[in-house]
Amino acid sequence: MTDYLIKGATLSDDRTTDILIGGGVVKALGSNLSEVAATEIDASGLLALPGLVDLHTHLREPGFEGSETVLTGSRAAAKGGFTAVNAMANSSPVADTAGVVEQVQALGDRAGYVTVRPIGAVSQGLAGTHLSEIGAMATSRARVRVFSDDGSCVADPLLMRRALEYIKGFGGVLAQHAQEPRLTIGAQMNEGELSATLGLAGWPAVAEEAIIARDVLLAHHVGARLHVCHVSTAGSVEVIRWAKSRGFDVTAEVTPHHLLLTEDLVSTYDARYKVNPPLRRSEDVEALRAALADGTIDIVATDHAPHTAEAKSCEWDNAANGMVGLESALSVVQKTMVDTGLLGWQDVERVLSLKPAAIGRVEGQGQVIGVGSPAEITLYDRSVTRSFDVGDLAGKSINSPYLERELPGRVEATFHGGYATVLGGRLVDESLVAEHALAVASR
Amino acid sequence: MVNAGDGTHEHPTQALLDAFTMRRRLHGLASRGQDLDGVRVLIVGDILHSRVARSNAWLLKTLGAEVAFVAPPTLIPNGVAAFGVDVHYDLDEALAAVRPDVVMMLRIQQERMNAAFFPNGREYARSWGLSAERFRGLGEKTLVMHPGPMNRGLEISDEAADSPQSTVLEQVTNGVAVRMAVLYLTLAAANQGAL
Repeated sequence: MTDYLIKGATLSDDRTTDILIGGGVVKALGSNLSEVAATEIDASGLLALPGLVDLHTHLREPGFEGSETVLTGSRAAAKGGFTAVNAMANSSPVADTAGVVEQVQALGDRAGYVTVRPIGAVSQGLAGTHLSEIGAMATSRARVRVFSDDGSCVADPLLMRRALEYIKGFGGVLAQHAQEPRLTIGAQMNEGELSATLGLAGWPAVAEEAIIARDVLLAHHVGARLHVCHVSTAGSVEVIRWAKSRGFDVTAEVTPHHLLLTEDLVSTYDARYKVNPPLRRSEDVEALRAALADGTIDIVATDHAPHTAEAKSCEWDNAANGMVGLESALSVVQKTMVDTGLLGWQDVERVLSLKPAAIGRVEGQGQVIGVGSPAEITLYDRSVTRSFDVGDLAGKSINSPYLERELPGRVEATFHGGYATVLGGRLVDESLVAEHALAVASR
Repeated sequence: MVNAGDGTHEHPTQALLDAFTMRRRLHGLASRGQDLDGVRVLIVGDILHSRVARSNAWLLKTLGAEVAFVAPPTLIPNGVAAFGVDVHYDLDEALAAVRPDVVMMLRIQQERMNAAFFPNGREYARSWGLSAERFRGLGEKTLVMHPGPMNRGLEISDEAADSPQSTVLEQVTNGVAVRMAVLYLTLAAANQGAL
């Protein structure tokens, strides 16, 4: 396997440097580096970021391979500049036993495009009644550290309490999908004037905010760590800001789509815009951007949720919730946060790599590029603007809300474990990537 | 009045018989007048619902022992700091850190199994049970105690329960003597007007 010499890249702190990677690590930084044996990559004008880490990905395998597989989702991730993803547990069978999480991890290792870290279910079958085998998953070969019933809320307050306590014993974090189920029965979109006009069942902000308020208090009471998934409302931001001001051990994520899109899109009845939690008002979008900028919200996570064409090309009420987001995440963050002056590139590095790796305890990821840091690197061209289209997607599903939208930036190359998964903006062939992954594993 | 064990609060005579059993084992015939100075005791399991654990924590500490708890966090009471003991969540780490002279296993009651304190008995046994393998890792003189009745295969393995290091049957025998003594001191001593 070749070493790579990345020439003239710009780091997040604006320094320009060559980067020599080999043996799975950054071997050297500096200007005018040379190494005859290395493959040279011209990175002048490109931004070099530590590989992106997604804390919230749906890979759909096992069970829903029609929408995505571990392999295809890994390819989508690499295309978007990610080097690690955390795979949600709502597969079929549910990832609630050591066997399933070990299988997902093994499929990810074999595919080799990214580090795949399985998330374990909090409750058996995501049913919200009995704890799943959290200890068995934590001590399995997959060493699960993030537990979530995402797709469903851990609604029963007693089970939530016990889950927070039990997971604490294994050094893990509970990632809550905050949605009071009784307040959102049949919900189709954000509850407000537009849902009133369209006559669609509303998903009220309070259904999210009430659960977050309960959970931050519970987590503090039992001394456990809580992560809040896909925060979508201005009120939720206020609750989290309050919890953090009290010193509670709480982190939160926002999705790219909640930073950009608003509920107005629902009036198109285009089911690509149907997502859970739903798109909200522009006031919410503004509050989420401000919260990400001031650190109230810690990270951006994609909630990449692939669905087959059939699940989306139908009437609104029957369409599935969810959007793919891995391939577009960095561009949307640039558009909403950097081009608006709310975040610098060091902040982007923090919210899309360093912090998600820290929250999920993802080893070998999320470290600032420096000599000895892992060779997990994304090269990004922030100067281009392009119309985002199907050709930019690399997963199995095309339910992206950004198709035919102008988005800034493009991932030019991704390096994972020292080998390339994306070069020249194109995915490296899957057999070559698998071969390199095998070589790294046996190193 | 003597408390013979009230709910999940206290069980003083159990603590007395446990302390007596430890002193007998550790000091033999010379145990009279000896306390438990520096003896390391690890209490394992359902601390939350255990009157045995509560009474033992108070008495053993009074006698100079170093007491630690280990259990899943769901089975440790909120506010455990009131006991002033070390608390662990991982049994293997606790065994390594405490290097106990005494391991006291607590009974897991059947009704806890369906109340979401832990996923199921298999996971409990794997994580917090005194398996044969964990038992073999103990020091040769480490005592294994259990207030009974035992759930063999859940919180304790046969190998541990039936080993020479186990004090389970002595605890039962000593319980009779200790309770006789308590009754004697309570009734007879009161009549004499002095303890």
